[in-house]
Amino acid sequence: MKIPLSWLKDFVEITLPLPELCHLLTMAGLEVEAVQIIGLPIHENASDSPHLHEVKMEGLTWAPDKIVVASVSEVMPHPNADRLVLCKLFDGEQEHTVLTGAPNLYPYKGLGVLSKPLKVPYAREGARIFDGHQPGQVLTTLKRAKIRGVDSYSMICSEKELGISEEHEGVIILDDDAPVGIPLVDYMGDAVLDIAITPNIARNTNVLGVAREISALTGQPMQPPSFEVWAEGPAIQGQADVQITNPELNPRFVLGLIKDVHIKPSPYWVQRRLRLAGMRPINNIVDATNYAMLEIGEPLHAFDYDSLVQRAGGKAPTIITRTAQAGEKLTTLDDVEHTLDDFTVLVCDTAGALSIAGVMGGAESEVHPETKNILLEGAAWNFINIRRTATAQRMSTEASYRFSRGVHPAMAERGVKRCLELMRQWAEGIVSQGLVDNYALPAQLACVEITPQDVRRWLGIDLPIDEIADLLTRLEFHIQLKGNGLVVTAPDHRLDIGEGLIGVADLMEEIARIYGYERLPETRMADELPPQRTNRELELEERMRDVLVNLGLQEIATYRLTSPEREARRLPPGNAPDDRPYVQLANPIAKDRVVLRHSLLASVMEVIERNARTAQRQALFEMSPVYLDSEEGPLPEEQLRLVIALTGPRALPGWQSADSGNMDFFDLKGLIAAMLEDLHIQNIHFEPAEHPSFHPGKCARLLVGEHQTGIFGELHPVVQQRYELAEQAHLVVDLDVKIILDAIPVRFTAAPAAAFPPVLEDLAVIVDETLPAAQVESVLRAAAGKMLANLSLFDVYRGEQIGIGKKSLAYSLTYQAPDRTLTEKEITALRQRIIRRLEQELGAKLRS
Amino acid sequence: MLEQIEKLEQQALADLHAVQDEDALQRWKVSHLGRSSSLMKTFDQLGSLSKEERPAIGRRANQAKQALEAAFNQQSDRLRQQTLERSLQSERLDVTLPGRPQVRGRLHPITRTLRQINRVFGDMGFQVFRSPEVETDEYNFELLNIPAHHPARDMWDTFHTSTPGVLLRTHTSPGQIHVMRKYAPEPIRVILPGMCYRYEQVSARKDTQFNQVEGLAIGKNITMSDLKGTLTDFTRRMFGEQVRTRFRASHFPFTEPSAEMDIECFLCQGAGCGVCSGSGWLEILGCGMVHPVVMTNGGYDPTKFMGYAFGLGPERITMLLHQIEDIRYLWGNDIRFLEQF
Ligand SMILES: [Zn+2]
Repeated sequence: MKIPLSWLKDFVEITLPLPELCHLLTMAGLEVEAVQIIGLPIHENASDSPHLHEVKMEGLTWAPDKIVVASVSEVMPHPNADRLVLCKLFDGEQEHTVLTGAPNLYPYKGLGVLSKPLKVPYAREGARIFDGHQPGQVLTTLKRAKIRGVDSYSMICSEKELGISEEHEGVIILDDDAPVGIPLVDYMGDAVLDIAITPNIARNTNVLGVAREISALTGQPMQPPSFEVWAEGPAIQGQADVQITNPELNPRFVLGLIKDVHIKPSPYWVQRRLRLAGMRPINNIVDATNYAMLEIGEPLHAFDYDSLVQRAGGKAPTIITRTAQAGEKLTTLDDVEHTLDDFTVLVCDTAGALSIAGVMGGAESEVHPETKNILLEGAAWNFINIRRTATAQRMSTEASYRFSRGVHPAMAERGVKRCLELMRQWAEGIVSQGLVDNYALPAQLACVEITPQDVRRWLGIDLPIDEIADLLTRLEFHIQLKGNGLVVTAPDHRLDIGEGLIGVADLMEEIARIYGYERLPETRMADELPPQRTNRELELEERMRDVLVNLGLQEIATYRLTSPEREARRLPPGNAPDDRPYVQLANPIAKDRVVLRHSLLASVMEVIERNARTAQRQALFEMSPVYLDSEEGPLPEEQLRLVIALTGPRALPGWQSADSGNMDFFDLKGLIAAMLEDLHIQNIHFEPAEHPSFHPGKCARLLVGEHQTGIFGELHPVVQQRYELAEQAHLVVDLDVKIILDAIPVRFTAAPAAAFPPVLEDLAVIVDETLPAAQVESVLRAAAGKMLANLSLFDVYRGEQIGIGKKSLAYSLTYQAPDRTLTEKEITALRQRIIRRLEQELGAKLRS
Repeated sequence: MLEQIEKLEQQALADLHAVQDEDALQRWKVSHLGRSSSLMKTFDQLGSLSKEERPAIGRRANQAKQALEAAFNQQSDRLRQQTLERSLQSERLDVTLPGRPQVRGRLHPITRTLRQINRVFGDMGFQVFRSPEVETDEYNFELLNIPAHHPARDMWDTFHTSTPGVLLRTHTSPGQIHVMRKYAPEPIRVILPGMCYRYEQVSARKDTQFNQVEGLAIGKNITMSDLKGTLTDFTRRMFGEQVRTRFRASHFPFTEPSAEMDIECFLCQGAGCGVCSGSGWLEILGCGMVHPVVMTNGGYDPTKFMGYAFGLGPERITMLLHQIEDIRYLWGNDIRFLEQF
């Protein structure tokens, strides 16, 4: 919302330097996002302000001695150029001949001495202005030059050259009352505050609202605009009427009438203010509706009265507001045909629909250059319904912006009055006396009781009752004393104050805002602590992350939105991806982010792929949810998964020779086993498995207890080809985290380090190639019993020596008794028992 | 005889002087102190000497033996020292060569920030409560005082799912209702971290997916000044003891009064720089007193209970702490980026 400072000053005196003013507004919830400087010195008497840099201020400062108001008494042709004119100009000190190519001066060319001199902004030699011929804002200094044989050293300026707008079609022609010779900055220097308006302060989408806030914050009194109208025409009654069919949707509708207007451009100061506020001047009638809207916040609509009379068959028109029939059509001002919903409110007459209420007028009844008589509409609409309509019709207008945030019905009358008076002043019309005012559902003023105890309870400060009353009075709340408290009535420009406790909350915000959030103390809570609970799930997840990081893995974080096509890459081509339903977006923003993922593995593989170009070695993990259709209700199951991915050399490359082999299946398996061991999880099994994503011979399943926890192994070469990856093994695991977390014991015991010397022994056995090593190990452990403190496989050998189809497994065993040194005799007995059982149960042979 | 001993001694010492390695030293020892050495033979000859001569010569021979032994030990020490020094010299490394690269694991930067946030609030008695990412319109909006078609809905660009009334949460605030309904009427002090989603064009500052940490305190005696105090304590611990904060009025439908908190830019100390867009302040969180409607929807009587809530963005904090200019780096997972944390 762009608010010119000069306009604010119509209603409230502002003595604060700009940075201070912006700070004050920002702190009170009217965040000033930027300030555009129009001629004013940027940091006038504020160079020591602590808030100097808080708001970005940009623009052009007009030097008072270089840029002044001047008058042009004659426009003469240029001797050597058709498209240039010479102006006889007086700048208050002396006469100059000024060269310009402004097309808006051509009409005056050769008219001799003008009966009414033109007032213009004049830049003297040495003035710094923006270059009108370059795009954007490029500073330039006026220098003496000869243009087509004529001396030129100064300029009559356009809005673009003065940094007012992008307008460079002609020079500015000021209003006739501009005093010649005074610095232009004194005449029309300005600053435009760009304020972010949150939904709760919709009352401030206008100059008056912001002025009211400034008045409350600074204590300067308000001088509100006059709502008096100079009305001399015959009464409006009988010339127009209003019927409201649904007061809930249209609580109030006000009409005013002005006749015999002269449609022409508005005075320059009006055009300038509109442009500064971000609107385009059209003509004095349209400008008056926009000006009144920007000033007090009520969107207004001007109808061509005669076309309404014509539609009514020559009779006085009756405006009717009603909801549309579903499918009903209307063409709006912008020549777009709209198909309406059954909740769209229409402004109609007896002949049909005229406009979409609160959003945009229709083409048929709009004001045109020949319009003589104007019927002016000011209404109040249900803001929820306007927002719904604007959203459904995909329309956003200045009117819908305001009406969809709520405009108090009181503003309908004020808006019409203010606008009629402006039209009268700018278009010389005659205003009909009175208004047609159908106030079908009068707004109730919110009334709330508060006490100083409430202030204490909410804000934590003790304010005397009269200070509370003063803070609210500054915002035009009406205050009555009642016992130890106040009865507070909201002013009739506000819709945001609720009843009861909600109203109390609303008032607390107002009190805090005007008192100053900055002045509230910083205290530590004195309230009792809630019962303390352990979030075990979170603690274990974080512990798991630590374990994985300790194992040398880099954590990553991926996007959770993806597409089924992206996810299908984790499977060989032709494999049916997933028949479980996805959580599907109704309004995706990109083609490749249309569903919430099913597979964390697919997300991680994309990261591996992206890094493959720069990293030969990757060791990554992510612990994040996937979103699976749930039978328990409309919301999906958010299942936490862990994916680890490894690829590339086992050791980092260095200048010394190291283990340069690439990571393989057993690196990943070792990592998983170490993770589970660090989490003290018992009862883990690995078994061969098959899965389309994995190499059929290098794939295993992890079981924690009875639970299938996930699959891991080497990525299938066909899957690997679907990603742009290096030709080396990629090892991945995809695990259900909850099963792992559930298996983590609450506590574990720690035994003392053995006090007696252990006995170490190596044992190599020859078994069939097909016999899983896990089986050998489990027989070995069972046979060795509790004296076996440690068992580790240190070699697997295949070769002719031991026979085709055989393998030799070499174990190193550590025997240990807690209470004594084991004797040679005990060890021998143990060894024999182990060998016997390996022979009997697995057909193993001892390798000697 | 005495002269002969004298000569032997002189000769031996002279020989010893020339010895330069351990082998030669051992050979010297054999030839000058060994059983068959001339000096040792002198002792054998003592018996054949006269009773008068014997003591003097014996004494002298002993003297010579001790002198040679001492000289031997000394030379031996010297040689050992030399050998050690030589070997140390030969083992000299170029210590400017790089060390062996170590495989290291690291947490993702957002995890680090989240943990820091959890820890700071944890120290203040806030515990972590989590709730789902896929939510109902009811929890994400309606129960938070944002009715259907309300203009406040414009504040959140929402991803809707193909199931009517089900959406991706736009903020962690629905967790407020979940935790209140679970624990009412106990006092509450929780933080609610989690992933949120917004229908937004991706830019350097905004992404469709982002983390948020919501905070909620409910009790009989909790004020806006407490909110200011808690958050100021938080920012001091997060950004440094010296950091200044400011509270501005703002608007969120589920809190009233509402505020936004800025911290003084710790890069330029408030003077204005690129990171703070010249303003000297960094916006880091939104907060306010729990709205009576939300309090009621959560199952608490708003005439008896008060509370505050706040929400902050771990990505934004991470970016500020490490001067990261583009939020997409955090989701890009480029190892070269992540390795810096
Ligand atoms: Zn800064």
